[in-house]
Amino acid sequence: MRNLENNRVLVIMPAWNEADCVGATVAEVLSLDEPYDVLVVNDGSTDNTPSIAAAAGATVLNLPFNLGVGGAMRAGFKYAERLGYRQVIQVDADGQHDPRNIREVLNGLESADISIGARFANRGDYTVKGPRKWAMKLLATVLSRLARTTLTDVTSGFRAGNSRAIVQYLDHYPAEYLGDTIDSLVVAIRSGLTVTQVPVEMRPRQGGTPSHHPVKAAVYLGRSFFALAFALTRRRSHVALPLPMMAGQK
Amino acid sequence: MMPNIAAFLLALAIVGLVAEMLRRKKLREKYAIWWLVVGIATLVLAAFPQLLVYIAKVVGVQLPSNLLFILSILMLLGVCLHLSWEISVVEEETRALAEEVAILRIQVERINDVLVGSRDNGGQDPGGKS
Repeated sequence: MRNLENNRVLVIMPAWNEADCVGATVAEVLSLDEPYDVLVVNDGSTDNTPSIAAAAGATVLNLPFNLGVGGAMRAGFKYAERLGYRQVIQVDADGQHDPRNIREVLNGLESADISIGARFANRGDYTVKGPRKWAMKLLATVLSRLARTTLTDVTSGFRAGNSRAIVQYLDHYPAEYLGDTIDSLVVAIRSGLTVTQVPVEMRPRQGGTPSHHPVKAAVYLGRSFFALAFALTRRRSHVALPLPMMAGQK
Repeated sequence: MMPNIAAFLLALAIVGLVAEMLRRKKLREKYAIWWLVVGIATLVLAAFPQLLVYIAKVVGVQLPSNLLFILSILMLLGVCLHLSWEISVVEEETRALAEEVAILRIQVERINDVLVGSRDNGGQDPGGKS
C-alpha cells in the first residue's frame, strides 16, 4: 500500500457531525483542476457525515470514537505518511476555507515547511472582538517572534505542511483543544521547521453553528495562555526530519 | 487492646484481599504494591501501637494520630496521581490504536473492493480510487 512517490496533495478535512456542509465542501475541492485527494476524517460522527463525504468522492477515515480536531488531524497525518503524500493541507469541512485558496496556501510551502492561510492579513473582512481578539493578538505576537516572521493568525486551521511537517507532527501530538493549532506550531518552530503565512479570505460557514459566546470567549482566552505556556516549555522533537527540499534553505 | 485487634483484622483483610486479587490476576503488580505496603504498615502498627507513638516523637509530631493522618493523605494523593498518569498513558495508547484501526479499515476496504471487482469483472480494474 505504501507509495513513496506520491506527488498528489492530500486535503485533510476533520469532520464531526458536519453532514450539512461536508458534501458541498468535498465536491468543491474535487471540482478544482488540481491533483487533490480529499481525506475526510470522520471524528466519531453520529449523523451521516461519512456516507455523504464518501458519496461526494472523498476517502473517509472513520475514527471509532471522537478524538477532537487534534486527534483527527494526527490520524490524517499518519494516513498521509503511510501513503507517501509529501504535501498535506488541512481544510475545514464547514466551508469557511475557500478551496480556491488551497493552491495559494500550498505555494507557501516553496519557502517554508508550514504555510498558514491567515485571516487577518489585510484581506477579507473576518473580525473578532473582545477577549478572543486579545488572545489571538497575543498569540500572534509571541509566535511571530519565535518564528522570526510576521504571523497574524496562528489559530487558523487552514494550514499546509510538507513531509518534514508531517514527520514532526506525528512525533509531537497535541491532543487538547487549541493544542492542534498553537501547541503544534510552537513545537514545530522549536524543532527547526519554518513557517510562513498566506493571506486568505474566510467565507461564512455553510452550515452548523459558530461558537461565539462571551463565556466561551473568556474560556478561549484562558486556554490560549495555558496552551502557549505549556507549549513553550515542551521539549522539541528530536526525530530525524527529512532534509528540506527547497533551495537556499538551511 | 480491642481497637488494635479491629485495626489488625482490617489490615489483615486488606492484605489478604490484595494478595488474592493478585493471585487471580485481577490486579497488576504495579498497583498492588501500593496497597500491600499500606496493608503491611497498618498490620505492623496495629500489632505494635507503641511504634507509632515512638515514630511521632522522633519526627516531632505531637499527636501520633496526626502523623497517621498526614501519611494517609500523602499516600492517597500519590495513588490518585499515579492513576491519573496511568489513565493518560492508556488514553494515548487508545488514540494510537484508533488511528491505526481507521487507517487499516480503509486499506482493507480497498483490498476488498479490488478482490470483489476482479471476481465480478473477470480481473478488470474495479474503477475505485487508487
